[in-house]
Amino acid sequence: MVRIEFLGPIQKEPLELQITNLNELAKILQDDKEMQEWLTNSAVAVNDTLICSSNHELKDGDKVSLLPPVCGG
Amino acid sequence: MLYLYDGALNVPNILKDWYEQEEKNNYGAFIPFVGTVRSEDEIDGLSFDLYEPILKSWFKAWQKKAEKKSAIIKMAHSRGDVMLHESSYIAAVFSPKRRAALEFINEFVEDFKASAPIWKYDLRNGNRIYAIDRSTAIKGSGILGDKK
Repeated sequence: MVRIEFLGPIQKEPLELQITNLNELAKILQDDKEMQEWLTNSAVAVNDTLICSSNHELKDGDKVSLLPPVCGG
Repeated sequence: MLYLYDGALNVPNILKDWYEQEEKNNYGAFIPFVGTVRSEDEIDGLSFDLYEPILKSWFKAWQKKAEKKSAIIKMAHSRGDVMLHESSYIAAVFSPKRRAALEFINEFVEDFKASAPIWKYDLRNGNRIYAIDRSTAIKGSGILGDKK
């Protein structure tokens, strides 16, 4: 299983999904209307490393984090 | 070093500690930047969420950049609520030379604003409202968005 966490202002409980890459996650989340805007402006990290391609492979035990737009300071 | 605190920063104490940590280490320049919550748009204060694992790795990468310039960098940030005229952010560079330190603190704070995984909320009439208009999408965002 892959754990999906939604950080900061995204008000969504974590998910546990049986998926093998980020494209599969994209398809699942795109069906959730409340997530659509977040998907266009959020960065994605796998095991706390930022990822630039949706082709990224996932394995059992991975943690995927969605990071919406930031503003520190 | 990266220092995270619950609530407002104690600016005089933090700056004093940092100064005393480095005063004998032969740095010619100590350049602090202190961010203070201003009264604007009728806010009562700001509030912050942090994601520590990526914040720490982001900061570590900047520590390595500083090392290459024989400089060091320190940063303090609040989590939770920080009210008007309190401070939520301090960054400082210690460097052998003034010019390098001024350039470095500017680059560091710009990247901090664009990349550090921290989320800001306005506190207004008891509500905590995500400051999306002042937020920046991290580089590479949107890979899960619909590409049709």
